[in-house]
Amino acid sequence: MSKVRVLVGTHKGAFILTSDGKRKQWEVNGPLFAGWEMYHLKGSPVDPDRLYASQTSGWFGQTIQRSNDGGTTWTPVGNKFTYEGVPGTHQWYDGTPHPWEFKRVWHLEPSLTDPDVVYAGVEDAALFRSANGGTTWEELAGLRCHGTGPNWQPGAGGMCLHTIILDPSNPDRMYIAISAAGAFRTDDGGKNWKPINKGLVSPFMPNPTAEVGHCVHHVAMHRSRPDVLFMQKHWDVMRSDDAGESWQEVSGNLPTDFGFAIDVHAHEPETLYVVPIKSDSEHFPLEGKLRVYRSRTGGNEWEPLTKGLPQENCYVNVLRDAMSVDSLDECGIYFGTTGGQVYASADAGDTWAPIVCDLPAVFSVEVQTLA
Amino acid sequence: MTGQDGVLHSIHVILPYHLRALAQVGAEVTLEVAGPVTVRRVLDTLEARYPMLRGTIRDHVTQQRRPFLRFFACEQDLSHDSPDAPLPETVAAGVEPLLIIGAIAGG
Repeated sequence: MSKVRVLVGTHKGAFILTSDGKRKQWEVNGPLFAGWEMYHLKGSPVDPDRLYASQTSGWFGQTIQRSNDGGTTWTPVGNKFTYEGVPGTHQWYDGTPHPWEFKRVWHLEPSLTDPDVVYAGVEDAALFRSANGGTTWEELAGLRCHGTGPNWQPGAGGMCLHTIILDPSNPDRMYIAISAAGAFRTDDGGKNWKPINKGLVSPFMPNPTAEVGHCVHHVAMHRSRPDVLFMQKHWDVMRSDDAGESWQEVSGNLPTDFGFAIDVHAHEPETLYVVPIKSDSEHFPLEGKLRVYRSRTGGNEWEPLTKGLPQENCYVNVLRDAMSVDSLDECGIYFGTTGGQVYASADAGDTWAPIVCDLPAVFSVEVQTLA
Repeated sequence: MTGQDGVLHSIHVILPYHLRALAQVGAEVTLEVAGPVTVRRVLDTLEARYPMLRGTIRDHVTQQRRPFLRFFACEQDLSHDSPDAPLPETVAAGVEPLLIIGAIAGG
Protein backbone atom coordinates (compact mmCIF):
# COMPACT_ATOMS: atom_id res chain seq x y z
CA MET A 1 0.00 0.00 0.00
CA SER A 2 1.19 3.49 -0.74
CA LYS A 3 2.65 5.66 1.97
CA VAL A 4 3.24 9.34 2.28
CA ARG A 5 6.23 10.92 3.97
CA VAL A 6 6.15 14.64 4.69
CA LEU A 7 9.47 16.36 5.37
CA VAL A 8 9.01 19.50 7.44
CA GLY A 9 11.72 22.08 8.06
CA THR A 10 11.13 24.49 10.92
CA HIS A 11 12.78 27.30 12.82
CA LYS A 12 13.90 24.86 15.53
CA GLY A 13 14.37 21.46 13.93
CA ALA A 14 13.00 19.03 11.36
CA PHE A 15 10.05 16.68 11.55
CA ILE A 16 9.04 13.69 9.46
CA LEU A 17 5.33 12.93 9.25
CA THR A 18 4.24 9.60 7.82
CA SER A 19 0.92 8.05 6.94
CA ASP A 20 -0.57 5.36 4.80
CA GLY A 21 -2.39 6.24 1.60
CA LYS A 22 -5.56 7.15 3.45
CA ARG A 23 -3.74 10.08 5.06
CA LYS A 24 -5.91 10.03 8.16
CA GLN A 25 -3.56 8.70 10.86
CA TRP A 26 -0.14 10.29 11.11
CA GLU A 27 3.03 9.40 12.91
CA VAL A 28 5.18 12.39 13.87
CA ASN A 29 8.92 11.94 14.28
CA GLY A 30 11.15 14.70 15.54
CA PRO A 31 12.51 17.08 16.27
CA LEU A 32 15.55 16.10 14.25
CA PHE A 33 18.50 18.49 14.58
CA ALA A 34 16.64 20.11 17.47
CA GLY A 35 17.31 23.78 17.93
CA TRP A 36 18.74 24.33 14.43
CA GLU A 37 17.05 26.21 11.64
CA MET A 38 16.05 23.62 9.06
CA TYR A 39 15.44 25.57 5.90
CA HIS A 40 14.67 22.67 3.61
CA LEU A 41 14.62 18.88 3.32
CA LYS A 42 14.02 16.98 0.14
CA GLY A 43 14.25 13.40 -1.12
CA SER A 44 15.68 12.01 -4.32
CA PRO A 45 13.01 11.10 -6.87
CA VAL A 46 15.02 8.05 -7.95
CA ASP A 47 15.93 6.86 -4.45
CA PRO A 48 13.30 8.10 -2.00
CA ASP A 49 15.32 6.98 1.00
CA ARG A 50 18.10 9.36 -0.01
CA LEU A 51 17.27 12.63 1.72
CA TYR A 52 19.13 15.90 1.91
CA ALA A 53 18.63 18.56 4.58
CA SER A 54 19.85 22.11 5.06
CA GLN A 55 20.73 22.69 8.71
CA THR A 56 21.81 26.19 9.64
CA SER A 57 22.43 28.42 12.60
CA GLY A 58 23.36 32.00 13.29
CA TRP A 59 26.04 30.68 15.64
CA PHE A 60 27.49 27.73 13.78
CA GLY A 61 26.77 28.42 10.11
CA GLN A 62 25.73 25.88 7.52
CA THR A 63 25.68 22.11 7.66
CA ILE A 64 24.26 19.72 5.11
CA GLN A 65 22.86 16.41 6.34
CA ARG A 66 22.23 13.32 4.22
CA SER A 67 20.19 10.24 4.99
CA ASN A 68 20.28 6.96 3.10
CA ASP A 69 17.45 5.33 5.03
CA GLY A 70 14.51 7.69 4.73
CA GLY A 71 15.49 9.87 7.64
CA THR A 72 16.14 7.28 10.33
CA THR A 73 19.85 8.10 10.45
CA TRP A 74 21.74 11.10 9.11
CA THR A 75 25.34 11.97 8.28
CA PRO A 76 26.79 15.47 8.02
CA VAL A 77 28.32 15.93 4.58
CA GLY A 78 30.08 18.84 2.91
CA ASN A 79 29.32 22.37 4.02
CA LYS A 80 31.96 24.29 2.10
CA PHE A 81 30.20 26.66 -0.30
CA THR A 82 32.86 28.82 -1.89
CA TYR A 83 32.00 31.21 -4.68
CA GLU A 84 34.06 30.69 -7.80
CA GLY A 85 36.74 33.29 -8.42
CA VAL A 86 36.52 36.75 -6.94
CA PRO A 87 32.90 36.99 -5.79
CA GLY A 88 32.43 40.67 -6.64
CA THR A 89 29.51 42.73 -5.43
CA HIS A 90 25.75 42.95 -5.67
CA GLN A 91 23.60 45.85 -4.53
CA TRP A 92 22.87 46.38 -0.88
CA TYR A 93 19.49 47.61 0.35
CA ASP A 94 20.62 51.21 -0.08
CA GLY A 95 21.90 50.60 -3.59
CA THR A 96 25.58 50.58 -2.69
CA PRO A 97 27.83 47.70 -3.81
CA HIS A 98 28.06 44.90 -1.26
CA PRO A 99 30.38 41.90 -1.43
CA TRP A 100 28.89 38.49 -2.05
CA GLU A 101 28.92 36.54 1.24
CA PHE A 102 27.67 33.02 1.77
CA LYS A 103 25.09 32.82 4.53
CA ARG A 104 22.95 29.70 4.21
CA VAL A 105 21.31 27.14 1.93
CA TRP A 106 17.64 27.86 1.31
CA HIS A 107 16.74 25.03 -1.02
CA LEU A 108 18.09 21.61 -1.98
CA GLU A 109 16.96 20.05 -5.24
CA PRO A 110 18.01 16.44 -5.86
CA SER A 111 18.55 15.37 -9.46
CA LEU A 112 15.70 13.63 -11.26
CA THR A 113 18.03 10.83 -12.38
CA ASP A 114 21.00 10.45 -10.02
CA PRO A 115 20.66 10.34 -6.23
CA ASP A 116 24.22 11.57 -5.78
CA VAL A 117 23.58 14.76 -7.71
CA VAL A 118 21.95 17.59 -5.83
CA TYR A 119 21.66 21.33 -6.34
CA ALA A 120 21.73 23.95 -3.59
CA GLY A 121 20.26 27.44 -3.79
CA VAL A 122 22.03 29.73 -1.38
CA GLU A 123 22.08 33.20 0.13
CA ASP A 124 23.82 35.39 -1.10
CA ALA A 125 22.25 34.18 -4.29
CA ALA A 126 24.13 31.49 -6.15
CA LEU A 127 23.60 27.95 -7.34
CA PHE A 128 25.84 25.08 -6.27
CA ARG A 129 25.97 21.47 -7.45
CA SER A 130 27.27 18.33 -5.82
CA ALA A 131 27.90 15.16 -7.78
CA ASN A 132 28.94 13.06 -4.80
CA GLY A 133 25.99 13.09 -2.46
CA GLY A 134 26.77 16.45 -0.94
CA THR A 135 30.38 15.71 -0.02
CA THR A 136 31.74 18.58 -2.10
CA TRP A 137 30.05 21.50 -3.83
CA GLU A 138 30.89 23.52 -6.91
CA GLU A 139 29.27 26.76 -7.91
CA LEU A 140 27.53 27.00 -11.28
CA ALA A 141 29.02 30.45 -11.57
CA GLY A 142 27.53 31.22 -14.97
CA LEU A 143 24.38 32.29 -13.16
CA ARG A 144 25.97 34.81 -10.82
CA CYS A 145 28.41 35.99 -13.47
CA HIS A 146 26.20 36.21 -16.56
CA GLY A 147 26.12 39.99 -16.31
CA THR A 148 23.18 41.19 -14.25
CA GLY A 149 24.55 40.02 -10.88
CA PRO A 150 25.93 43.40 -9.83
CA ASN A 151 22.36 44.75 -10.10
CA TRP A 152 20.74 42.13 -7.88
CA GLN A 153 19.66 43.20 -4.44
CA PRO A 154 18.21 41.42 -1.43
CA GLY A 155 14.57 41.13 -0.54
CA ALA A 156 13.50 41.55 3.07
CA GLY A 157 14.46 37.95 3.80
CA GLY A 158 17.90 38.25 2.25
CA MET A 159 19.22 37.75 -1.26
CA CYS A 160 18.30 34.11 -1.55
CA LEU A 161 18.12 31.64 -4.39
CA HIS A 162 15.03 29.82 -3.17
CA THR A 163 13.57 27.98 -6.17
CA ILE A 164 15.22 25.34 -8.37
CA ILE A 165 13.15 23.53 -11.00
CA LEU A 166 14.64 20.76 -13.14
CA ASP A 167 13.02 20.11 -16.50
CA PRO A 168 12.11 16.39 -16.66
CA SER A 169 12.09 16.44 -20.46
CA ASN A 170 15.39 18.23 -20.96
CA PRO A 171 18.34 17.54 -18.64
CA ASP A 172 20.06 20.71 -19.83
CA ARG A 173 17.22 23.01 -18.85
CA MET A 174 16.77 24.38 -15.37
CA TYR A 175 14.90 27.30 -13.84
CA ILE A 176 15.80 29.19 -10.69
CA ALA A 177 14.39 32.19 -8.86
CA ILE A 178 16.00 34.77 -6.60
CA SER A 179 14.58 37.38 -4.25
CA ALA A 180 14.82 40.10 -5.37
CA ALA A 181 16.42 39.52 -8.76
CA GLY A 182 13.83 37.45 -10.58
CA ALA A 183 13.68 34.20 -12.52
CA PHE A 184 16.46 32.76 -14.69
CA ARG A 185 16.84 29.83 -17.07
CA THR A 186 19.69 27.76 -18.40
CA ASP A 187 19.48 25.58 -21.50
CA ASP A 188 22.96 24.10 -21.27
CA GLY A 189 23.13 22.45 -17.89
CA GLY A 190 24.01 25.59 -15.95
CA LYS A 191 26.86 27.08 -17.94
CA ASN A 192 24.92 30.01 -19.35
CA TRP A 193 21.88 31.73 -17.92
CA LYS A 194 19.46 34.42 -18.90
CA PRO A 195 16.83 36.42 -17.02
CA ILE A 196 13.26 35.39 -17.87
CA ASN A 197 11.24 38.23 -16.41
CA LYS A 198 9.47 39.74 -19.42
CA GLY A 199 5.93 40.59 -18.45
CA LEU A 200 6.63 41.01 -14.75
CA VAL A 201 5.70 44.45 -13.41
CA SER A 202 7.04 45.61 -10.06
CA PRO A 203 5.90 49.16 -9.30
CA PHE A 204 8.39 49.53 -6.44
CA MET A 205 11.27 49.49 -8.93
CA PRO A 206 12.56 52.62 -10.70
CA ASN A 207 11.86 50.79 -13.95
CA PRO A 208 8.90 48.51 -13.12
CA THR A 209 9.58 46.27 -16.12
CA ALA A 210 13.35 46.02 -15.76
CA GLU A 211 15.15 42.87 -16.86
CA VAL A 212 16.04 42.02 -13.23
CA GLY A 213 15.07 43.21 -9.77
CA HIS A 214 11.69 41.52 -9.41
CA CYS A 215 10.87 39.89 -6.11
CA VAL A 216 9.82 36.45 -7.29
CA HIS A 217 8.58 34.47 -4.30
CA HIS A 218 8.17 31.03 -5.83
CA VAL A 219 7.71 29.21 -9.13
CA ALA A 220 5.96 25.89 -9.79
CA MET A 221 5.76 23.54 -12.76
CA HIS A 222 3.82 20.41 -13.65
CA ARG A 223 6.21 17.75 -14.89
CA SER A 224 3.97 16.83 -17.82
CA ARG A 225 4.25 20.37 -19.24
CA PRO A 226 7.69 21.71 -18.46
CA ASP A 227 7.23 24.83 -20.60
CA VAL A 228 4.34 26.03 -18.44
CA LEU A 229 5.38 27.85 -15.28
CA PHE A 230 3.34 29.42 -12.51
CA MET A 231 4.76 32.16 -10.31
CA GLN A 232 3.79 33.78 -7.06
CA LYS A 233 5.51 37.13 -7.26
CA HIS A 234 5.70 39.57 -4.34
CA TRP A 235 2.42 40.87 -5.67
CA ASP A 236 0.78 39.13 -8.66
CA VAL A 237 0.27 35.51 -9.64
CA MET A 238 1.74 34.92 -13.09
CA ARG A 239 1.97 32.18 -15.70
CA SER A 240 4.23 31.51 -18.64
CA ASP A 241 3.44 29.16 -21.50
CA ASP A 242 6.79 29.52 -23.21
CA ALA A 243 9.38 28.43 -20.64
CA GLY A 244 9.55 31.84 -19.07
CA GLU A 245 10.07 33.87 -22.25
CA SER A 246 6.98 35.88 -21.34
CA TRP A 247 4.60 36.08 -18.39
CA GLN A 248 0.94 37.00 -18.04
CA GLU A 249 -0.86 37.88 -14.86
CA VAL A 250 -3.49 35.36 -13.74
CA SER A 251 -4.40 36.83 -10.35
CA GLY A 252 -7.99 37.18 -11.55
CA ASN A 253 -10.48 37.25 -8.69
CA LEU A 254 -8.04 36.57 -5.86
CA PRO A 255 -8.89 38.80 -2.88
CA THR A 256 -5.20 39.75 -2.67
CA ASP A 257 -2.47 38.56 -4.98
CA PHE A 258 0.36 38.92 -2.49
CA GLY A 259 1.68 35.62 -1.17
CA PHE A 260 4.57 33.23 -1.08
CA ALA A 261 3.54 29.63 -1.82
CA ILE A 262 2.26 28.24 -5.10
CA ASP A 263 1.91 24.67 -6.33
CA VAL A 264 0.28 22.54 -9.01
CA HIS A 265 -2.02 19.53 -8.64
CA ALA A 266 -0.15 16.27 -9.29
CA HIS A 267 -2.50 15.07 -12.04
CA GLU A 268 -4.21 18.23 -13.29
CA PRO A 269 -1.66 20.61 -14.79
CA GLU A 270 -4.16 23.47 -14.92
CA THR A 271 -5.11 23.19 -11.23
CA LEU A 272 -3.14 25.59 -9.04
CA TYR A 273 -3.01 26.45 -5.38
CA VAL A 274 -1.96 29.67 -3.66
CA VAL A 275 -2.40 31.07 -0.16
CA PRO A 276 -3.23 34.78 -0.45
CA ILE A 277 -1.57 36.95 2.18
CA LYS A 278 -2.92 40.39 3.03
CA SER A 279 0.01 42.54 1.92
CA ASP A 280 3.74 43.08 1.94
CA SER A 281 3.29 44.99 5.19
CA GLU A 282 0.98 42.51 6.90
CA HIS A 283 2.10 38.94 6.35
CA PHE A 284 -1.05 37.13 7.40
CA PRO A 285 -4.31 36.07 5.75
CA LEU A 286 -7.02 38.60 5.01
CA GLU A 287 -9.60 39.03 7.79
CA GLY A 288 -7.90 36.41 9.95
CA LYS A 289 -9.27 33.65 7.69
CA LEU A 290 -6.82 31.03 6.43
CA ARG A 291 -7.91 30.27 2.88
CA VAL A 292 -6.19 28.31 0.17
CA TYR A 293 -7.31 29.39 -3.28
CA ARG A 294 -7.60 26.89 -6.09
CA SER A 295 -7.86 27.55 -9.78
CA ARG A 296 -8.91 24.74 -12.09
CA THR A 297 -8.38 26.93 -15.14
CA GLY A 298 -4.69 27.67 -14.91
CA GLY A 299 -5.36 30.94 -13.11
CA ASN A 300 -7.72 33.92 -13.30
CA GLU A 301 -10.69 32.03 -11.83
CA TRP A 302 -10.08 31.13 -8.22
CA GLU A 303 -12.19 29.53 -5.49
CA PRO A 304 -11.53 29.71 -1.76
CA LEU A 305 -10.95 26.43 0.09
CA THR A 306 -11.85 26.83 3.73
CA LYS A 307 -13.32 23.60 5.08
CA GLY A 308 -11.22 22.56 8.05
CA LEU A 309 -9.08 25.70 8.05
CA PRO A 310 -9.42 28.38 10.75
CA GLN A 311 -11.82 31.10 9.66
CA GLU A 312 -11.28 33.52 12.49
CA ASN A 313 -8.34 34.96 14.41
CA CYS A 314 -5.72 33.34 12.21
CA TYR A 315 -2.64 35.48 11.66
CA VAL A 316 0.00 33.06 10.43
CA ASN A 317 2.02 33.16 7.23
CA VAL A 318 2.73 30.38 4.72
CA LEU A 319 6.27 30.66 3.42
CA ARG A 320 7.44 30.03 -0.14
CA ASP A 321 8.68 26.46 0.25
CA ALA A 322 5.97 25.42 2.69
CA MET A 323 3.46 23.90 0.24
CA SER A 324 3.70 20.57 -1.54
CA VAL A 325 1.55 17.89 -3.15
CA ASP A 326 1.59 14.11 -3.16
CA SER A 327 0.94 11.99 -6.25
CA LEU A 328 -1.63 9.53 -4.95
CA ASP A 329 -4.68 8.98 -7.15
CA GLU A 330 -6.58 11.58 -5.19
CA CYS A 331 -3.98 14.28 -4.96
CA GLY A 332 -3.03 15.39 -1.47
CA ILE A 333 -2.10 19.02 -0.74
CA TYR A 334 0.00 20.05 2.24
CA PHE A 335 1.17 23.31 3.71
CA GLY A 336 2.83 24.54 6.88
CA THR A 337 2.45 27.84 8.69
CA THR A 338 4.62 30.15 10.71
CA GLY A 339 2.31 29.25 13.61
CA GLY A 340 3.58 25.67 13.51
CA GLN A 341 0.59 23.95 11.94
CA VAL A 342 0.91 21.51 9.08
CA TYR A 343 -2.38 21.09 7.25
CA ALA A 344 -3.21 18.29 4.84
CA SER A 345 -5.99 17.71 2.37
CA ALA A 346 -6.49 14.21 0.99
CA ASP A 347 -9.07 15.41 -1.55
CA ALA A 348 -7.26 18.01 -3.62
CA GLY A 349 -8.11 20.83 -1.23
CA ASP A 350 -11.84 20.31 -0.69
CA THR A 351 -11.34 19.53 3.01
CA TRP A 352 -8.42 20.07 5.36
CA ALA A 353 -7.23 18.82 8.71
CA PRO A 354 -4.11 19.59 10.71
CA ILE A 355 -1.50 16.85 10.98
CA VAL A 356 0.24 18.73 13.79
CA CYS A 357 -0.61 22.05 15.39
CA ASP A 358 2.24 23.23 17.54
CA LEU A 359 5.54 22.85 15.75
CA PRO A 360 8.02 25.71 15.55
CA ALA A 361 7.47 28.08 12.63
CA VAL A 362 7.42 26.02 9.45
CA PHE A 363 9.93 26.99 6.77
CA SER A 364 9.38 24.18 4.28
CA VAL A 365 7.17 21.20 3.46
CA GLU A 366 8.09 18.51 0.95
CA VAL A 367 6.05 15.39 0.30
CA GLN A 368 7.23 11.98 -0.87
CA THR A 369 4.78 9.45 -2.22
CA LEU A 370 6.18 6.00 -1.49
CA ALA A 371 5.18 2.74 -3.10
CA MET B 1 54.42 21.81 30.72
CA THR B 2 54.80 24.64 28.28
CA GLY B 3 53.61 24.67 24.71
CA GLN B 4 56.93 23.58 23.21
CA ASP B 5 57.32 22.92 19.51
CA GLY B 6 56.74 19.36 18.48
CA VAL B 7 55.70 18.10 21.89
CA LEU B 8 52.24 16.51 22.07
CA HIS B 9 49.92 18.01 24.65
CA SER B 10 46.63 16.60 25.86
CA ILE B 11 44.24 19.51 25.51
CA HIS B 12 40.73 19.55 26.88
CA VAL B 13 38.16 21.41 24.81
CA ILE B 14 34.61 22.09 25.92
CA LEU B 15 32.17 22.45 23.06
CA PRO B 16 28.79 24.18 23.00
CA TYR B 17 25.72 21.97 23.07
CA HIS B 18 24.89 22.03 19.39
CA LEU B 19 28.40 21.17 18.28
CA ARG B 20 28.48 18.24 20.69
CA ALA B 21 25.33 16.96 19.01
CA LEU B 22 26.77 17.53 15.56
CA ALA B 23 30.04 15.72 16.37
CA GLN B 24 28.27 13.14 18.56
CA VAL B 25 30.59 13.69 21.49
CA GLY B 26 30.23 14.62 25.14
CA ALA B 27 30.75 18.06 26.58
CA GLU B 28 34.51 17.74 26.66
CA VAL B 29 36.87 16.28 24.10
CA THR B 30 40.54 15.60 24.65
CA LEU B 31 42.91 16.22 21.79
CA GLU B 32 46.59 15.51 21.29
CA VAL B 33 47.94 18.79 19.99
CA ALA B 34 51.51 19.38 18.87
CA GLY B 35 53.02 22.43 20.56
CA PRO B 36 53.18 25.30 20.63
CA VAL B 37 49.57 25.10 21.72
CA THR B 38 47.54 27.84 20.06
CA VAL B 39 43.88 28.29 19.17
CA ARG B 40 44.74 27.60 15.54
CA ARG B 41 46.46 24.32 16.34
CA VAL B 42 43.70 23.21 18.67
CA LEU B 43 41.08 23.92 16.04
CA ASP B 44 43.15 22.27 13.30
CA THR B 45 43.33 19.14 15.44
CA LEU B 46 39.68 19.33 16.42
CA GLU B 47 38.55 19.66 12.79
CA ALA B 48 40.83 16.87 11.62
CA ARG B 49 39.28 14.54 14.15
CA TYR B 50 35.73 15.77 13.72
CA PRO B 51 35.43 16.96 10.09
CA MET B 52 31.77 17.82 10.54
CA LEU B 53 32.89 20.75 12.69
CA ARG B 54 34.71 22.40 9.81
CA GLY B 55 33.10 25.72 9.08
CA THR B 56 31.08 25.75 12.30
CA ILE B 57 33.63 27.47 14.55
CA ARG B 58 35.63 29.42 11.98
CA ASP B 59 35.14 30.21 8.35
CA HIS B 60 36.33 27.60 5.88
CA VAL B 61 38.37 30.03 3.84
CA THR B 62 39.25 33.05 5.97
CA GLN B 63 39.66 31.01 9.18
CA GLN B 64 37.96 33.88 11.02
CA ARG B 65 36.12 32.96 14.22
CA ARG B 66 32.39 32.94 13.65
CA PRO B 67 30.97 36.13 15.16
CA PHE B 68 28.67 34.51 17.73
CA LEU B 69 31.36 32.25 19.20
CA ARG B 70 33.99 33.03 21.82
CA PHE B 71 37.09 31.30 23.15
CA PHE B 72 37.51 31.34 26.93
CA ALA B 73 40.17 29.81 29.18
CA CYS B 74 41.38 30.46 32.71
CA GLU B 75 38.62 33.03 33.21
CA GLN B 76 39.91 35.07 30.29
CA ASP B 77 38.29 35.92 26.98
CA LEU B 78 40.87 34.95 24.37
CA SER B 79 38.59 35.61 21.40
CA HIS B 80 40.43 38.66 20.18
CA ASP B 81 43.91 37.28 20.65
CA SER B 82 45.83 36.13 17.62
CA PRO B 83 44.95 32.51 16.76
CA ASP B 84 48.70 31.92 16.79
CA ALA B 85 49.22 33.25 20.31
CA PRO B 86 50.22 30.57 22.83
CA LEU B 87 47.36 29.49 25.05
CA PRO B 88 47.84 29.75 28.82
CA GLU B 89 50.26 27.20 30.23
CA THR B 90 47.57 25.53 32.29
CA VAL B 91 45.62 24.87 29.08
CA ALA B 92 48.72 23.50 27.35
CA ALA B 93 49.30 21.33 30.40
CA GLY B 94 45.78 19.93 30.26
CA VAL B 95 44.86 21.37 33.65
CA GLU B 96 42.34 23.90 32.36
CA PRO B 97 40.09 23.46 29.34
CA LEU B 98 39.66 25.71 26.34
CA LEU B 99 36.00 26.65 26.23
CA ILE B 100 34.22 27.35 22.94
CA ILE B 101 31.17 29.35 23.91
CA GLY B 102 28.12 30.32 21.92
CA ALA B 103 26.78 33.83 22.46
CA ILE B 104 23.83 34.04 24.80
CA ALA B 105 21.47 35.48 22.22
CA GLY B 106 18.64 34.60 19.90
CA GLY B 107 15.10 33.33 20.28
